Amino acid sequence: MADPLLQLQALNKHYGGIPATDNLSLDIESGEVHAIIGPNGAGKTTLIAQIAGSLAPDSGRVVFAGEDITQLDVAQRARAGLARSFQITSLILPMTLLENMMLAVQARSGHSFRFWKPVSREQGMRESAMHYLQQVGLADRAGLLASAISHGEQRQLEVGMALAMQPRMLLLDEPMAGMGKQESARMVELLAALKQDKTLLLVEHDMDAVFFLADRLSVLVGGRLIATGSIDEVRQNPEVQRAYLGESHA
Amino acid sequence: MEASLFYSQLLNGLQLGLLLFLLASGLTLIFGVMDFIHLSHGSFYMLGAYFCGSVVAWSGSFLLGVVAGVAASFVVGAAVEYLVARPLYRRNHLDHVLVTFGLILVFDSLVQILWGTAGMAIALPDVLTGQVELGSVVFPVYRLVIIASGLAVAFGLYLLVGKTRLGMLIRAGASNRAMVEALGVDIDRLFLYVFALGGALAGLAGLLIAPITGASSGMGTDILIVAFVVCIIGGIGSVKGAFYAALILGLLDTLSRAYLDTLLGLMMPVYYAETAAPAISAMLIYLLMALVLAFRPQGLFPPAIQQA
Amino acid sequence: MNLRALIRLRALVYAVLLILLAIAPLLTDLAGKPFMLDVLSRTLVLAIAVVSLNLILGFGGMVSLGHAAYLGIGAYSVGIASYYDLYQGWLHIAIALTSSGLFALVTGAISLRTRGVYFIMITMAFSQMAYFALVSLEAYGADDGLVIYGRSEFPGWLSMQDSRGLYYWILGILLAALLFNWRLLNARFGRVLFGAMHNDARMQALGFSTYRYRLAAYVISAMMCSLAGVLFGNFNGFISPDIMTWTRSAELIFMLIVGGVGSIFGPLAGTLVFVLLEEWLSTLWTYWHLPFGLLLIALVLAGKGGIDDWLKRLERVRRRNG
Repeated sequence: MADPLLQLQALNKHYGGIPATDNLSLDIESGEVHAIIGPNGAGKTTLIAQIAGSLAPDSGRVVFAGEDITQLDVAQRARAGLARSFQITSLILPMTLLENMMLAVQARSGHSFRFWKPVSREQGMRESAMHYLQQVGLADRAGLLASAISHGEQRQLEVGMALAMQPRMLLLDEPMAGMGKQESARMVELLAALKQDKTLLLVEHDMDAVFFLADRLSVLVGGRLIATGSIDEVRQNPEVQRAYLGESHA
Repeated sequence: MEASLFYSQLLNGLQLGLLLFLLASGLTLIFGVMDFIHLSHGSFYMLGAYFCGSVVAWSGSFLLGVVAGVAASFVVGAAVEYLVARPLYRRNHLDHVLVTFGLILVFDSLVQILWGTAGMAIALPDVLTGQVELGSVVFPVYRLVIIASGLAVAFGLYLLVGKTRLGMLIRAGASNRAMVEALGVDIDRLFLYVFALGGALAGLAGLLIAPITGASSGMGTDILIVAFVVCIIGGIGSVKGAFYAALILGLLDTLSRAYLDTLLGLMMPVYYAETAAPAISAMLIYLLMALVLAFRPQGLFPPAIQQA
Repeated sequence: MNLRALIRLRALVYAVLLILLAIAPLLTDLAGKPFMLDVLSRTLVLAIAVVSLNLILGFGGMVSLGHAAYLGIGAYSVGIASYYDLYQGWLHIAIALTSSGLFALVTGAISLRTRGVYFIMITMAFSQMAYFALVSLEAYGADDGLVIYGRSEFPGWLSMQDSRGLYYWILGILLAALLFNWRLLNARFGRVLFGAMHNDARMQALGFSTYRYRLAAYVISAMMCSLAGVLFGNFNGFISPDIMTWTRSAELIFMLIVGGVGSIFGPLAGTLVFVLLEEWLSTLWTYWHLPFGLLLIALVLAGKGGIDDWLKRLERVRRRNG
């Protein structure tokens, strides 16, 4: 059996006396959809940040595809195949959707120390960008400014940009955040379509989506991983029932 | 190298350091608490000197001049905060730079219009002229007065920032503005006080040095950059940092100007030492700044938590 | 910019402007006012510096209060070389480009590790450092400055010995700089810079090591500015460390804002307006800095985007009215 794609080894992050991440170890297998759930303030975004590289752990290691990436910065990890979408939508707002997407494609198309040829004339990049826009259902909005589309569409674009990076693993921090019923459904469809060939690490509050998409679950409470396993295993775990899931969903 | 000359230079360095502290303490708070780039801080320095000079000439009393200078800078500081800075807090740093640069032009012209372009001398009362003997060193009384005032203000600030409610709010604001706002504190009033206090301190520094160097309309812009360097080295938002950084820079600058050529002369031919020394001592504080930034970019004594 | 853009108002205004600039020596001769060519030459030299500033400030969001240092480095390259009787033009340019490039590389590498308030003040401090370095070099005039006895020598038709030749050198480099900025903004490099200015975290998350791009932009803009410095030294016949102070850098930023930061022609428009305003106001009142300063404050508080933005608004109004 192949090595896990992502290995988190004894990660620790403390702010003063507060453990945001408490001796956390977790393996993510290649090809799985793994969801991290937990109450607010459990440290989920902190964990994503440490995996993506925007936050350095106090101790512990992050191993990706067999390589220790703990010392690498955000951009280096992104180039190594780790794509991230942010909890609070993070786009280049004064650019159009197409321009945003082209940036994502550009990042994978060699270096950008090119000063002369306009990006709009790079046919290959343009076609690639349109392809990803189509994949997330935004092709007809390509010419609009990122600031001019709805919140849900912005989050779709974020996922699309993460895809355009052709990553080995996607880190999605609450992709459904702030979305209404319809938009959430569309996002779930999109993510489900990705299941076949991508590894997803997903932080989400929307339990229906989680149960529909995830192969395995991990429950985070107070920075500590209190349970990991298949949906049924986690559901039946008494500590989890006590700490988090509650009556309505269990 | 005479011992008395050395002590004399040491005291000079201390004096320069404390003056820099007066200037930088207000500045570092304005940067730290309000995230506002205040290029016209030097203008308060200048105004303090001019107002003091005018009142001294009119009333004959140096003490009255000091009070007038500090009060005037305080009031102008408050006015600038209310009229100019306040609309700009939410805007980007570029706007701060442009507006405060415009203010420098305005203040410099106003000073020239009101007081002429020739500069102004400030006469000291007889009791403050003259010299005093400390052991083997002979030191001007007035310079000791400056040192004493600087230390007194430093102590006062230490009490204010460390022991009063206002001080606590200032420290909290320097670390986390959003939190202070969320606590329901009147942020507008806090900012007004910090700005006006900074102005008063700058004005005090200006009027203290003016009897020695004279007041002139360019005096603010020259010293401003040094005050900035003090803030950077000390850590933006930290009064303690400004204190130590100012003293270090004051001593370093004074001593290097006095002794670097001799020091270099020990290691290389005198001609090169004498050519290089003035250049190096002038650049020394910037080299120190670069060094600090390379290893400790947040400064030597940064406030506890940084603003984002 | 595509074909449709060419028939827009802005393009028309700028095209007319460029034509006028191209035939300016002819016009000033005809009008019998050759000194106007001098004013124009000085203005265009500053415009090149502002174009270079636009590259980092307008396209990349790096507010540098130390950019004028590169004007000084360029001018002193000419001055110091001439002091040693070295007048070859290509040598002057080579010295200017190399020294400004190195200075920018070292100071930029340190400065760009910082953000916000820190960055602005550090750029200020480094330029002051350069200022003090030159002030203390007695051999090259120190405070009093250095007279430059002869212009940079270029062969044949490239000569800048007379005012007309120098003018066309200045105009040529200005046009090259504008062209370079335009192509850069729309090319890969410019897109990264622009994106990083608006959302650095997003750009890094995509895999761009934004620090490298910023540093490259900083060095390129420094070298471009040093070319302006070379031309300035030639034009002025004299250079003093005063040109490197942070207040001069602030003036450059002022010119950029007036014209429209981040646009292509903004720097040119802004510099022209700034210098013309300066020339005019200074004849009216000795203390013209006062209304000038107030104007700047008003301009910023009102939040307008400069001349370029004003022209854009005019376009929109025209289009709406048919």
